[in-house]
Amino acid sequence: MFERNINSTVERSSVELTKQDFVSDQMVKWCPGCGAHAILAAVANVFPKIGYKKENFMMVSGIGCSSRFPYYVNTYGFHGIHGRAYSIATGVKVSNPHLSVWVATGDGDSLAIGGNHFIHTIRRNIDINVILFNNQIYGLTKGQYSPTTPMGSVTKTSPYGTVEHPFNIGELVMGAQGTFFARAVDNNIKLMTDIMFEAARHDGTSLMEILQNCIIFADKTHDQITSKDLKDDNQLILKNGEPMLFGKNKDKGIRFNNNRLEVVEIGKNGITEEDILIHDQYQQDPGVHLMLAKMAPPHFPIALGVIRSAMYPTYDDLVEDQITQAKATSKIKNVDDLLNSGDVWVIK
Amino acid sequence: MTKKAKQVVDLDDVVVKFVGDSGDGMQLSGTLFSETAALDGNDLATFPDFPAEIRAPHNTVAGVSGFQVHIGKNRILNTGDFCDVLVAMNPASLKANLKWAKPGATLIVDADSFEQATIEKAGYITNPLDDDSLEKYQIIRAPITVLTREAVKHIGLDAKSGDKSKNMFALGILYYMFNKPLDNTLRFFETKFKKKPDVVAANKTVLLAGYNYADTIEALASTYKIPAATLEKGTYRNITGNVATAWGFMAASERSGRPIYLGSYPITPATEILMELTKHKSLGVKVVQAEDEIAGICSAIGAAYTGSLALTTTSGPGLSLKSEAIGLAVITELPLVIVDVQRGGPSTGLPTKSEQSDLMQALFGRNGEGPVIVIAASTPVDCFYMAYQAAKLAMEHMTPVMLMTEGYIGFGSELFNIPKVADLPSITPPIAEANDADYKPYRRDAVTLARKWALPGTEGLRHRIGGLEKENISGNVTTDPLNHQLMVDLRHQKVMKVADYIPEQDIYGEKEGDLLVVSWGSTKGTVQYAVDDMVRSGKKVSQAHFKYIMPLPKNTADVFKGFKKIIVCELNSGQFVNYLRMTLHDFKYQQYNKVQGLPFVVNELVSKFNQVIEEK
Repeated sequence: MFERNINSTVERSSVELTKQDFVSDQMVKWCPGCGAHAILAAVANVFPKIGYKKENFMMVSGIGCSSRFPYYVNTYGFHGIHGRAYSIATGVKVSNPHLSVWVATGDGDSLAIGGNHFIHTIRRNIDINVILFNNQIYGLTKGQYSPTTPMGSVTKTSPYGTVEHPFNIGELVMGAQGTFFARAVDNNIKLMTDIMFEAARHDGTSLMEILQNCIIFADKTHDQITSKDLKDDNQLILKNGEPMLFGKNKDKGIRFNNNRLEVVEIGKNGITEEDILIHDQYQQDPGVHLMLAKMAPPHFPIALGVIRSAMYPTYDDLVEDQITQAKATSKIKNVDDLLNSGDVWVIK
Repeated sequence: MTKKAKQVVDLDDVVVKFVGDSGDGMQLSGTLFSETAALDGNDLATFPDFPAEIRAPHNTVAGVSGFQVHIGKNRILNTGDFCDVLVAMNPASLKANLKWAKPGATLIVDADSFEQATIEKAGYITNPLDDDSLEKYQIIRAPITVLTREAVKHIGLDAKSGDKSKNMFALGILYYMFNKPLDNTLRFFETKFKKKPDVVAANKTVLLAGYNYADTIEALASTYKIPAATLEKGTYRNITGNVATAWGFMAASERSGRPIYLGSYPITPATEILMELTKHKSLGVKVVQAEDEIAGICSAIGAAYTGSLALTTTSGPGLSLKSEAIGLAVITELPLVIVDVQRGGPSTGLPTKSEQSDLMQALFGRNGEGPVIVIAASTPVDCFYMAYQAAKLAMEHMTPVMLMTEGYIGFGSELFNIPKVADLPSITPPIAEANDADYKPYRRDAVTLARKWALPGTEGLRHRIGGLEKENISGNVTTDPLNHQLMVDLRHQKVMKVADYIPEQDIYGEKEGDLLVVSWGSTKGTVQYAVDDMVRSGKKVSQAHFKYIMPLPKNTADVFKGFKKIIVCELNSGQFVNYLRMTLHDFKYQQYNKVQGLPFVVNELVSKFNQVIEEK
C-alpha cells in the first residue's frame, strides 16, 4: 500500500507503531453520533502506518468543534485561534520541515474567518495536510450558517433562509492553484483512511474535505450523498487510472462531451466503457479536476477520493534550497562577518 | 585675478539639511555627506524626511524629500532641532523647510529653479529670493542647474541625465564649506557606477564644479572645520535603527543557537527590518512575508512552538491586528518578539512620521489579563542591543516581549561601535531534554516561573497547548475557577520577576534635585541636551530615561524619591505618565506632551522645565 516514497524529510520510526502510540489521555467531548469520531478513527488508522517517528507528527487547529482534534491524538499539538490554523502550521513547517504537519479545521474556520490564510497557504503549496470538516454549519457557537451552508437554509442566523451563495471547497482550492484536493464522507472510514495516506504522500498543501454530519445543528445535511439508498447513485469514488464508473451495478459513468462532463449509462445509446473518462489525478492541468470537484447531485454524483494530486515544488523545500545555496556562496558566515561588512572604519 | 584666502572657523557641531523634490537625490547627497564626515572623524546622527507618496507631483510641497545630518566633535545625541545650513533644490523645498532653519542659517538654493511656475506651485506669491523675506539668512544663490549642465556638456550626456548630478554640485559646495575631503565620494562614484563611465565622469565633474564654485564666490566669506570627535576605540559603521534591530536579532539567534523565523507584513516604517532579514539566508534566517499582519504573527507563534527565535515586526495599525494572537502567545507562554516601529496614529494616521502613542496598546491592548514584557529602544544603535535583549528575555522567560521603537530611530542613523557577538550576554533558553520523565507543559522553573520549551521532534515530550486555559503543571484544558486565578497570577508574576534580570534604572545627572525629567524611546538625546542646558544655567535637573517599561526597573521608586518634582515628557498625550500614575502612585507627576509627528526641540523643553521649577 505504501510503495511510493513518503516525504523523505521526515525521520522514520525505527519500530512499528500501533494505534496505541497515538491514544491521548483526554476525554473525547464531541457529541455522540458526531461525524468527527469517524475522522478520528481514520487518523488513528493512518498515523501509526505512515512510518514516521511518532514525535515528528504535529497537529494544528483553529477554533470550532473540529479544532479540538489535537487534544484527542497523542502528538505534538497546537490548538490555535479562530481561522489561523493555516498560519500557525505555516510557521511550524517552515521552521522545522522535518515534521509531518496536520491541520484539523472546519468550514467556518477555514473559509470565513480564515479564508485569507486558506487561499494563501494553498497558493504557496506549503507541505501540510489539512482535514477540513465540512458540516455546513457553525457547531460550537450552536447553529449559525457558514460559508458552505446551502443557499436558502434556515439556521439560527438565517430564520428566513440564507441569501448567500455557498463556496464549493474544491473550486476554491483549484482557484488558489491547489496541488491536492480529495473528498470523502464521514461514514466511510476506509475512504477517509485512503485519502489521508495519499495526502501524507503528497508534497504540498493536501486539502481533504470531509463531508461531516453535525447531528445537532445540521443533521442529515449530506443525506443526499451519504444515505444508504442514494449513495450508490450520488457518489463517484475516483481511482487513479480507472474509469469513472458509479451506481450500484457500476453501469453509470462520466464522459467528456461538448466541453463538459456528462453522466451516461453503459449500454444505452451505444455507450460503452470505452467512452468513460479515465481519472488522472496527477494531471497538472486542473481543468477536469475542477469540473469533477464541482459535480453535485441531483444531475451528477459527487466526486470522492483524490481528485487532484499534482506535483509542484513546495514552499518549504524552496526555502531550504535558497538557504543551502546562500550558505554555500555567501562570504558572510556569521554575525561578526555581517557586522564588519561594507563601509566600516577603525578608530584607534 | 587674486583671491582672498578664506578664513577657517572651528565649530563644535553643525546641522545640515538637504531638501529638494523627491527624485532630486537628496537622500544620496545626505548619505554621502554623512559618510565623509564619519570617515573624517566626526560623530553624527542622521534622519531622512520623506513624503508618504513615492513621487508626489513635481515642485510641490507634498513632494519634498529631505535628509538631515548632525555632525560634531562631541557625542551627537539627536539629529538636530534646527539646521545651520539648508540646501534647497527648488522653491517648494525652501517653503516647506525654512521653518527648520536657524536664524542666520546659510541657505544654499538652486537659483535656476526659482521660476514663475515653480514659485507659484510652491505657494509663494513673489520670488522669495527677490523680496526681503529671507533677509535674516545668509543666502547663496547658486545657479546650480545651469552650471551643472555647463559642466557635463563635454561628456555628451543629455540635459535630463546631466541634471541628475545637480545634487553633487550642492554636495561639492558643502565639502568646500566644511573643509571635507572628496576622496570617499569620488570612490563611491567609481564603485556605484562601475559600468557607466560617463555617469562617473559627470558626477565627478559636477562635484568638483560645486567645490570650485564655492571657492570662487564672495558670498562665502569663511569656511568651517568641525574637528574629529574623541570616539572610543573600535571598528565603526553608520547604521539605521531598523537595520540595527534586524542585526540584534541575528546576534541573539547565533548566541542562543535558536534559528530566526520572522513572519511579517510590510508596513511603514517597519518594513526595513523585514527587508533586511530577507537578505541573510546565508545565516539561516527564515522569513515568511505573510498575507496579512495576523498571519505574520500566527506563523511566528507556530515557529516559536517549533523552537525558533520567533519574530513579528509591525507598526501601530498592524499591532492592533495582532492583538488576539499576542494573547495566544501569552497563554501558551511561548517566546515571541513583537516589534512595533511606532508612527503617528490613530488608524493610518501619519505613516512616515514618528510618535510614541502605541504604549498603552502595547501594555494592555489585549482581551483578558495578558501581561507581556515591554521594552523600548532609545537610539538607532540601541535598537541593536534592545532587539538582542528582547530575544533574550523572551526565550529565557518564555513569554512574548514587545519591543517598541519609532520611525524616527528606525529611519535615523548614528555611528555604531561594532561589538563582538561573543562579548554579548549569553542566552540560555530552558529547552526540555528528551525523555524527561518529569516534563509537563506547565511545570515551571521555581525562580523565573518560566515553563520549559519542548520542541516537536524530541522524544518523550509530546504535549498539546493552545488558546484555552490550561491546568497549571499538567496542561489539561480546564475552566476550574481557582486554577484560572492561579494561572492569571502566575503569568503576571512571571513577567514581574523579569525585574530581577534587567538593569536598574540609571540617572543622568545628580541623584537628587529639584526636577527629574522622565523620558523613554527616541526622545533620549533631545531631553539630555535640554537637561544639560538647565544644568549649565545652574538648575538642579536630572534625567531618568526608561528602556524597561513592563516591568519597571526595581529601583524606580528610589530614583523618583530623590526629586522635588517629576515631569514625564513623551510624544503622545500622556501614556507613560498615566502608566506611572497607576503603577507608582505615591508620586506626583507632571507631563509635557507633543503629538505633531515631530520630535521635541530643546528650546520647548527648557522653557517647560523652567516653568515647572518656578511654579510653587
